[in-house]
Amino acid sequence: MKSYDLKYKRFGGNSILIEWPPTIDDSILKNILLFKSYIDKKYVNLKIYTKTSYNSLLVTYPNEIIKVLELRSLYKNLEPLKKQSFNKWEIPVCYDIDFGKDLMFLRKKLSLEIEEIISIHISKEYRVFNLGFLPGFLYLGGMDKRIHYPRKNSPSLDIEKGSVGIGGFQTGIYPNQSPGGWNIIGKTPINLFDIEMTPPCFIKAGDKVKFVSISKKEYGLILIQIQSNIYELKKTVFND
Amino acid sequence: MIEVIKSGLYTSIQDKGRFGFENYGVPISGSMDQFSSLLANKLLNNNENDAVMEITMTGPVLKFHKMTKISITGADISPSLNNYPIKLNTSHSINKDDILSFGKLKYGLRCYLSVSGGFLTKKVLNSRSMYPNITKSFRIAKGEHLKINSIKYLKTRLSMSKIDYLDHFKSNEINVYKGPEFDKLSQKQNLDIFNKNFSISNNNNRMAFQLNESVENQLKPIITSLVMQGTVQLTPSGNILILMRDNQTCGGYPRILQLNENSINKLSQKYMNNKIRFKLVE
Repeated sequence: MKSYDLKYKRFGGNSILIEWPPTIDDSILKNILLFKSYIDKKYVNLKIYTKTSYNSLLVTYPNEIIKVLELRSLYKNLEPLKKQSFNKWEIPVCYDIDFGKDLMFLRKKLSLEIEEIISIHISKEYRVFNLGFLPGFLYLGGMDKRIHYPRKNSPSLDIEKGSVGIGGFQTGIYPNQSPGGWNIIGKTPINLFDIEMTPPCFIKAGDKVKFVSISKKEYGLILIQIQSNIYELKKTVFND
Repeated sequence: MIEVIKSGLYTSIQDKGRFGFENYGVPISGSMDQFSSLLANKLLNNNENDAVMEITMTGPVLKFHKMTKISITGADISPSLNNYPIKLNTSHSINKDDILSFGKLKYGLRCYLSVSGGFLTKKVLNSRSMYPNITKSFRIAKGEHLKINSIKYLKTRLSMSKIDYLDHFKSNEINVYKGPEFDKLSQKQNLDIFNKNFSISNNNNRMAFQLNESVENQLKPIITSLVMQGTVQLTPSGNILILMRDNQTCGGYPRILQLNENSINKLSQKYMNNKIRFKLVE
C-alpha cells in the first residue's frame, strides 16, 4: 500500500471532505479506513463524526474546528503498510427462482444458464466498500464481469427483505423491504440490520462477504434457527 | 399521556437527530426546522435534545391525560385549546382532559409542539427521531398514546415578551456554500443557479426537496460519495435536489452546493411552488 495525493475540501460549515483518486480499488479503501481510524483516535475527545465511501472520508466537527493542516500532517504519519483486522462472513443465500425474481430475465440478457450465474456469484469473495442507501445496505465490489448488469430504469416497488441483487458491477443485499432497482437473484434469511444489536449492523466497510448457496429447505431451517436465536453466522478474522 | 384523537397529515416525533450511525447507512433525521424546535424546548426550559412533535400543514387533535405545559413554535396552523385560539411562541398550562387542535395554515409549513420534559417515546440508537425501520413507526397514528412526564403543580408565569421571527418564514434567500463539485459547473450553469428564481416542486418531503426548474447539465454522475443534510445535487437530467433531514448517507450525483444550517431550517417551512433564490456565502 502507498500514500495517495489527497484533496481536502471544506464541505458546509463544519465538515472537511477528504478525497482519494476516483477509482474503485481495495488499496484505496484500506487507506481510507486506516486514515479514519487515526482521525477517530486523535479526536476521540472532540465528539467528531467520520464516515467513508469508495473514495472519500468526511470529517464533521460539531464543536471545535479541525484544521486541514492538522489532518495533512496526521496523514503524513500514517503507516500505510499497517495491517488492519477485518472479518470475512459467509452469508447463506437461496438462489431458487421463487426468490431470485430476475434470474430468468438475467439468463436471457447475460446468455448464461441460471446454474452458471449462481456458480459465478458464489465463486468470489466480495469486499464491502460502503454501507448506505438504506440502513445496513452493503455495497459489495469485486463481482465477475460476466454477471455485471445495469440497474432497472424504473425500480421495483417492493423488494423483499434479504433479497440479493446485482446493480451494474456491484452486488448487494436489501436489509429490509424497500423499493429498489437492482436485479434480484436470491434471498438470505440473515438479518443484516437489527436495532437491537450493538452496532446495529455486524458487517463493516472493509470486511469481506462470501455467498454460500443453500436450498429452499435449508433456508427455512436457518430462518427457524434465527428466530430461536441459535443460529451462528460463520466468520473468519483476517489481516489485510 | 397524550391521546392521539386525529393524527393530522404527517405528524412525527423528532429531536436533534441520530448521530454516529451514518457509517451503517442510518440517516441523522431530527426536526426539519431545528431552530423552531429548539425554541419550543427553550420556552419550557426543557433540554435542547428533548423530543418534540413535528406537525406538518394539517394538525392533529390531541387529548391530554396529564397536567403539563406546552409551547408551539414554527408554522402558524391556528392552534386552539378547547376551541379557544392560543398564541404561538409562548408557554401554556394544560389541564387534564384539555384538547389541543389546529386549524387553517397561515404561514410556514411545519410547527413544533413541546411538552414539559419532552415526549418520552422509545429511544432507538440514542434518538427518538422517527424513521422507517429504525423506530417502530415513522409517524404517529390515531388512537396512539404518547408518554409524557407529569408535573405536580402549575406555576402561572408572566407571559414572555413576544418572540417574532417572521423573516424565517418569508425570506426566499437560501444561503449556500460551494459544494465539492461546484468548480465543475460551467459559467452558464453558475450564472443560472444564482440568477434564476427557483420554486419547490410537489416532490418535497423529509428526505429531499426537488425544484421545478432545471439547469442545463452535462456533468456526469460521480462514484457513490458522501452527502449531508442540505447538500444540493444536480441530476443527469438537470434537476436540482436538496437533501433534507432524512437524507440517505451517500449518493452519486454531483454535489454542487451546500445549504447552511439556517437555510435548511428556513427551507423546511416552504412548500410546493414557494420561490427560493440561492445566495453564495463564504
